[in-house]
Amino acid sequence: MSANLLAIFYLISGVLFILALRGLSSPETSRRGNLFGIIGMAIAIGVTIVSIGNFSTGFVFLLIFMLVGGSIGAFIAFKIPMTAMPELVAGFHSLVGLAAVFVAISAFLNPDVFNLGSPGNIKIASLIEMSLGAAIGAITFTGSIIAFLKLRGLMSGSPITFIGQHFINLALGIILIGLVFYLCSTQQQYLFWSLIAISLIVGILLIIPIGGADMPVVISMLNSYSGWAAAGIGFTLENSALIITGALVGSSGAILSYIMCKGMNRSFFNVILGGWGANEEQSKSVSKEQKPVKSGNADDAAFLMKNASSVIIVPGYGMAVAQAQHALREMVDSLKKNGVKVSYAIHPVAGRMPGHMNVLLAEANVPYDEVFELEDINNDFANCDVAYVIGANDVTNPVAKTDPQSPIYGMPILDVEKSKSVLFVKRSLSPGYAGIDNDLFYRENTLMLFADAKKMTEDITKSL
Amino acid sequence: MEIDPFIFRLSIFILSIFVGYYVVWSVTPSLHTPLMSVTNAISSVIIVGAIVAALAGNNDKIFATANTFGYLAIILAAVNIFGGFLVTHRMLAMYKKKKKDK
Repeated sequence: MSANLLAIFYLISGVLFILALRGLSSPETSRRGNLFGIIGMAIAIGVTIVSIGNFSTGFVFLLIFMLVGGSIGAFIAFKIPMTAMPELVAGFHSLVGLAAVFVAISAFLNPDVFNLGSPGNIKIASLIEMSLGAAIGAITFTGSIIAFLKLRGLMSGSPITFIGQHFINLALGIILIGLVFYLCSTQQQYLFWSLIAISLIVGILLIIPIGGADMPVVISMLNSYSGWAAAGIGFTLENSALIITGALVGSSGAILSYIMCKGMNRSFFNVILGGWGANEEQSKSVSKEQKPVKSGNADDAAFLMKNASSVIIVPGYGMAVAQAQHALREMVDSLKKNGVKVSYAIHPVAGRMPGHMNVLLAEANVPYDEVFELEDINNDFANCDVAYVIGANDVTNPVAKTDPQSPIYGMPILDVEKSKSVLFVKRSLSPGYAGIDNDLFYRENTLMLFADAKKMTEDITKSL
Repeated sequence: MEIDPFIFRLSIFILSIFVGYYVVWSVTPSLHTPLMSVTNAISSVIIVGAIVAALAGNNDKIFATANTFGYLAIILAAVNIFGGFLVTHRMLAMYKKKKKDK
């Protein structure tokens, strides 16, 4: 196969990948989009194998390895519960990162295969490209592993900070640039290995200071990194499919990070430099005085909702933790039988990754046209009888609108307090992730339901 | 005067960033999780580099160091490709519209 024909096939793959993303603009077209993606991938893999034309023993091993990897991937994809989606995505990102590192190493050790020169005499441009690919890949790899451990709960979600952290990161960054420079002038192998080793460390240091609830930003950011790593390798291998894909994925992750940061009214650097909640000790202790709270049980809640004409449900990460999405949908079904109009309101940063709540509700068979984003539903709270807050906290805190001293001041929130009554399912009065008290607990129209989200929802369904 | 092929690749790269930018803004927020899993799957097209690394070169030593790294990358990328597309498919299959007259 000629190089030109090969390049055209790669271009077709790239276009199919664009269509795959384009399909996600609505749920109806999304399934076809996914199919485009699969076809694009099949074309890219197929033409690569044909173009090499090496069908010897190595090819058999290639098939075996692809089958092994594919089976593992398929097994995970079918087994994984939807609530574990954030850590799955983090885990997958780490694999892309590591694969990029491996390909870069291979290209460095055996450059003539990729037409990059010979060992010890690699083209400068290629060296820079593969160094970038390897470094970003290595950062993605260890960073995603830390994110995975935090999301999985194998590592504390609280930020890990130490003195001089930013200084060390800066120093390591400068060392990385220096290494690339020396690698280009001397072509020494050990410089390449040090580059990868330091990048692996940077990946860890970048993610440990970022707290659990900032994970939506972290995952999106690592998503973006994995794209840039792929693009770096694409430049090295002069492969347009990889360049196009890398650019798509890189900008996709960057946009998601931006949307998530905006949802928290924080700048990207503020999140990356980390440690929200780490220095909030003062505000915590100030608000410790006792304030009266109204609490109720499942029967009270059922009574309120049965007599309402419209109910808005506000799910948050707590719903995912309690696996309460199915119980929630059963409750909504009984409400609908009583003639109550029900809709769902989703804050952009609810959950641990972009769109997390939407997937869980879809899993519980909630039709997606009953689920609304913040800006589409926020005005409806004023006309709604009951807001049912399940597992969300900071995203409903009216303090974000009223108190300029509060760390979450300016964050867009769901105007839950405007509804006639608020049912707040929560285990205790403890503050949310941001470490600040939720003003909503003490409002006249709030009824606290102290219980596990799933249990409470089931109890309400029984009394309806 | 001849243009360096690098400039063409750079053009593809920059234009693709813009395409990505506009396409991703049109993705509905409720599908952001499938967006992440599908971008993850397609970024595994890095497997083409892994295939070249694994197969190309000497036939007598299948597992020379450089080739071994290629094979390892193939396994990792294959996990991602199959896992990523299948889990996306599983998620997308769950998004349903309201049934009529209920």
